[in-house]
Amino acid sequence: MDLTLKIWRQATASEKGKFVEYQVHNISADASFLEMLDVLNEELVRKGEDPVAFDHDCREGICGACSLYINGRPHGPDKGITTCQMHMRRFKDGETIVIEPWRAKPFPVIKDLMVDRTAFDEIIQAGGYVSINTGGVPDANAIPIPKRDADTAMDAAACIGCGACVAACKNASAMLFVAAKVSQLAVLPQGKIEARERVQNMVAKMDELGFGNCTNTYACEAECPKEISVSHIARMNREYLSAKLLSQKK
Amino acid sequence: MSKTVTYSSVAKKIIMSLAGLFLTSFLVVHLLINLLILFDKSLELFNQAAHFMATNPLIQTFQYVLFFGFILHIILGVVLQIQNWVARPVRYERKGSSEQSYFSKFMIHTGAIIFIFLIIHFANFFVKAKFGHIDSITYDSGTYENLGQLVVMLFSDGGYVIFYVIAILLLGFHLEHGFQSAFQSLGLNHSRYTPFIKGLGTVFSILVTLGFIAIPLVIYFSF
Repeated sequence: MDLTLKIWRQATASEKGKFVEYQVHNISADASFLEMLDVLNEELVRKGEDPVAFDHDCREGICGACSLYINGRPHGPDKGITTCQMHMRRFKDGETIVIEPWRAKPFPVIKDLMVDRTAFDEIIQAGGYVSINTGGVPDANAIPIPKRDADTAMDAAACIGCGACVAACKNASAMLFVAAKVSQLAVLPQGKIEARERVQNMVAKMDELGFGNCTNTYACEAECPKEISVSHIARMNREYLSAKLLSQKK
Repeated sequence: MSKTVTYSSVAKKIIMSLAGLFLTSFLVVHLLINLLILFDKSLELFNQAAHFMATNPLIQTFQYVLFFGFILHIILGVVLQIQNWVARPVRYERKGSSEQSYFSKFMIHTGAIIFIFLIIHFANFFVKAKFGHIDSITYDSGTYENLGQLVVMLFSDGGYVIFYVIAILLLGFHLEHGFQSAFQSLGLNHSRYTPFIKGLGTVFSILVTLGFIAIPLVIYFSF
């Protein structure tokens, strides 16, 4: 396959960036999207040019490192997968592919297609944990948890924190990410104890960092590589409302 | 420590949804009263209902709650939208369209036009009825201000009818997203009820739109 790539190039966080067009030739339809970029980068290095910086780690679709806003969609045109799991057969020979970094105020560009997603870590630090003493590993079934709740928590815990929800949202809202983190703990007995403080602290941090507001467009759910449901956002709204109404003033 | 009250994004959305649902309930009452025009060409039913609304002390008091609801919904909507624009200072070159609720993309736009419509609508009816002079009409049941006549007169102007119909269509789009979205913001999402609420929202917005559009069209073509 021969392709034209229109890639966002930005040398540093403070410098102005611009789109640069590149031609890549003889790309295998079975190559992954990142492998295609590797081919481009090897070519650039050979020519003595600066290779395109992009995030990647496991290349197995489970780590949440890779990103890329490809032709108007986070993680490209396929549903329910990360960029590293997408293959070039999804594109037509001769096609022009526009590749952009995630765009959101709390996700500043570090270089080219890499963005700083520390904001997500800060949200986790605000409450995405259990700080009570839960003791050692309990025996199976020592703490009864309904299957339905276990499944809900597991579905929410599938979030890999890649930031596609923020990238897809027209408001750059982080609600799906925060909701997944709130949900996975709120439905389990160990997490319930701190649920009220957690949801308030995490929402406050999310707002403070400058993420947008949720307008229930559900673009996040459509683009989430782990297909996290927006029902978790409703759960977070519910948790938030009850926390605000029922929490005792300290 | 300053004691300024700030509301979180989630809190603002909850207030937004409650105000929206409240305004929706007002729309239903408004529509039902308006439809009386179509069922009684002598306008007696409509004038009687309008008279009741204008004189009932409970409704008159509630009117201020309604104004408050409008102001809250509009101001919060604008604040939320500005924050959302600020949250993405650099736009995408190729804009995506993964939204699953189509009209969610245009809430500020439909909202802005509905707001302009509201001002004109207010000047045309509310201000005239409250502060201007409206002729009286006497039926067997009593003497009322002939507000119905004002409606019929305004809707005999084709240009006004077109403007009205467009504004109502946009209101329908606004409702189509807003109705189900309000439930989501309030945390009311359920595997069994959410599909029903979404369907109900669509049917509701279509019915309200058709109802409001039918009135000027019927008046223009057959009164």
